[in-house]
Amino acid sequence: MNPKRKQRLIIVLFIVFGAATAVGLSMYALNQNINLFYSPTDIVDNKAPEGTRIRAGGMVVEGSVIRDTQSLNVMFDMTDYANSVTVSFTGILPDLFREGQGIVAQGAMNSDGVFEAVEVLAKHDENYMPPEVAEALEKAGKMPDQMRAKGAE
Amino acid sequence: MIPELGQYALILSLCLSALLAVVPMVGATVGNTLMMNYARPLAMGMFFFLVISILCLGYSFVVDDFSVVYVATNSNTLLPWYFKISAIWGGHEGSLLLWVVILSGWTVAVAVKSKNLPLEIISRVLGVMGIIGVGFILFTLMTSSPFDRHLPQFPAEGGDLNPLLQDIGLIIHPPMLYMGYVGFSVAFAFAIAALLTGRLDSAWARWSRPWTTIAWAFLTLGIALGSWWAYYELGWGGWWFWDPVENASFMPWLIGTALVHSLAVTEKRGVFKSWTVLLAIFAFSLSLLGTFLVRSGVLTSVHAFASDPDRGYFILALLVITIGGSLILYAVKAGNVKSESSFALLSRESLLLVNNILMVVSAMMVLLGTIYPLIVDALGWGKISIGPPYFNSLFVPLMLLVAGFLGIGVASRWRETSVSFLLKQLWLPAVASVIAGLLSQYLYAGEFTWVVAGVMTLVFWVVFCNAMDIWKKISGRSSLKAGLAGMSRSYFGMILAHAGFAVAVVGVVMVTTYNEERDLRMAPGEVLSFNEYQFEFLGAKKVQGPNYSSDMGVIRVLYRGEIYGELHPEKRFYPARGNVMTEADIDPGLFRDLYVALGEPLGNGAWAVRVQHKPFVRWLWLGGLLMTAGGLLAATDPRYRKQARRDAARAAA
Repeated sequence: MNPKRKQRLIIVLFIVFGAATAVGLSMYALNQNINLFYSPTDIVDNKAPEGTRIRAGGMVVEGSVIRDTQSLNVMFDMTDYANSVTVSFTGILPDLFREGQGIVAQGAMNSDGVFEAVEVLAKHDENYMPPEVAEALEKAGKMPDQMRAKGAE
Repeated sequence: MIPELGQYALILSLCLSALLAVVPMVGATVGNTLMMNYARPLAMGMFFFLVISILCLGYSFVVDDFSVVYVATNSNTLLPWYFKISAIWGGHEGSLLLWVVILSGWTVAVAVKSKNLPLEIISRVLGVMGIIGVGFILFTLMTSSPFDRHLPQFPAEGGDLNPLLQDIGLIIHPPMLYMGYVGFSVAFAFAIAALLTGRLDSAWARWSRPWTTIAWAFLTLGIALGSWWAYYELGWGGWWFWDPVENASFMPWLIGTALVHSLAVTEKRGVFKSWTVLLAIFAFSLSLLGTFLVRSGVLTSVHAFASDPDRGYFILALLVITIGGSLILYAVKAGNVKSESSFALLSRESLLLVNNILMVVSAMMVLLGTIYPLIVDALGWGKISIGPPYFNSLFVPLMLLVAGFLGIGVASRWRETSVSFLLKQLWLPAVASVIAGLLSQYLYAGEFTWVVAGVMTLVFWVVFCNAMDIWKKISGRSSLKAGLAGMSRSYFGMILAHAGFAVAVVGVVMVTTYNEERDLRMAPGEVLSFNEYQFEFLGAKKVQGPNYSSDMGVIRVLYRGEIYGELHPEKRFYPARGNVMTEADIDPGLFRDLYVALGEPLGNGAWAVRVQHKPFVRWLWLGGLLMTAGGLLAATDPRYRKQARRDAARAAA
């Protein structure tokens, strides 16, 4: 093998090795950090694991929001209109969090069947429904008509 | 009448861009000078009519013409005039119009600034820009015209601009970002033109290099502005979320950074040519992918706006045509490219290749994390999301490697560098940076955190290696003045951009490690002690704004027991859309920000309050500004113009 080819081989090997390491590490990191989405119905059916970080989404049930008077703890129910699950959150809720609004929350189920959220997301746009929530509602057959009309706009 | 004029101008610009896409291209293929000469006037015509079009839209906003759907949705009579102007790009339709206006602006800039380029090249470059123009103007006209009317009945009052967007950040962030995104179309057009002409040489790299650098500088500025905007406007003090929409702008930036470096090698040494072309194609393709991700509504994101899937399919089709077409062309043509020189395994060429690989790997890993949830969803495996830990755990080590190699790269020489030479150059910066890194971390925090000390060492490594290089250049000259005069503007640009990288890294590591945050309930008179600061909540009062009413909290800040000042975070209510908005109040400083935001009222005058102490957070954006300045400085180096004239003379001969 002449020196030039040898040099090229080293470079190619370096690239292949580097790329393989990168892909391997990426896939590992990816698998460690996937958060699966569950609808309230999935959770009520015990499909969601306990204690693992998941995402859940639905509509905030009207009249269900209870604030603690002394701390920043908030409890509310989240529904796909078929089933609902209680969410507990400590902290400051986003501006667009409102009763009747679609939200997505990150967190984990505790042993009492309460979803302990560490993050609650509501969207910039009041007509916007998170796609996961929309699909969960469609699956439960409970998509409100006026929402569907908005979605079709 | 005026909106129809705007629509008409848009259609005319479509016709002109279609001509631009065909006539000069055909001319260049058959060697017809007359046809090639049409390229410049057509580019200007396209720009002219697009400017008329966007002016018409601006006029409709200023006079509150709510018969136009887009104006009615995004404006309001109470909106101040400057927000009415910026509302032009406050929604999907208008921002797309801005996209094509900027595209045509770049096209005209290339047409005007390229007097020295061979006609065949320039007509192909402008032709490619025309093709892109056709795609996007057609997209605007067919799926998202901003000039559609509400007829026969239109609302008396507009729906108002989204309050989050009523802000100085939104006035400048999207145009800057688009300047960068769309600017890569120039690099792309030059790459395609070079492939078509079969002229991939250093002259080509020299022509395309300043354009790429300017686009990169704008993209850097756009991303920095976006991060700054999110920081103070979203009300929770985050500056980067690894949100898909942020990633959409960050991937072209990473590839663009690789491209800027790879172009340097191609220009100086005539190697990496096909790799540079590939990067140019990728940079623009990722810009298009970014547009697709943001505009198609396939993503759940803090930025997501309601949008419709037809638009997504249209952009997806554009994306497939662009990537597919250019890669096929690349496959056919790039095989004939020959390197003009060779280089040793340890040389500046190799080290820049390492930079390129690290940048491309980072971009791929961001791409994987961004589209993996989409792929999983498309295959029906469920709904997932990828959290920030994925990105952090991969991106941080990659960038630390970049910092490490950056120092060696600056010190190394073209063609061949010996290990002993590098050791001689670098032992001093190495020792100095370890000492400075450990010391600065200890002095700041009063205790050792190895991670931070390590990162700070790398930061000083970057700074010292660049400083060493400057010193070496000056010490060889008779005086300091002669030494500085001997350095080119692009050299200063490089130093500035590298310094900006170091500064940004300082910001990231310090704010991530030493950020302190407290969310709590505060009743009037309650005091929160925080580091050397005390925050006393004095209650909230009602305030009336032009198009909103607000609860303004009053918080007195004490520094070591002395009164320091007052902060006034607000909770605003915009009645037009019924939106509530958190307006944080920030006391900015070079070494720390105090960040206070109001949550919800909790009864009896008490409020949920968020208080944050963010050390060095400004350095993030300062670093971005330095990189931008470096890019602009390098791109305006007079050497490019002189060299271009010489290259053109050689090409003509």
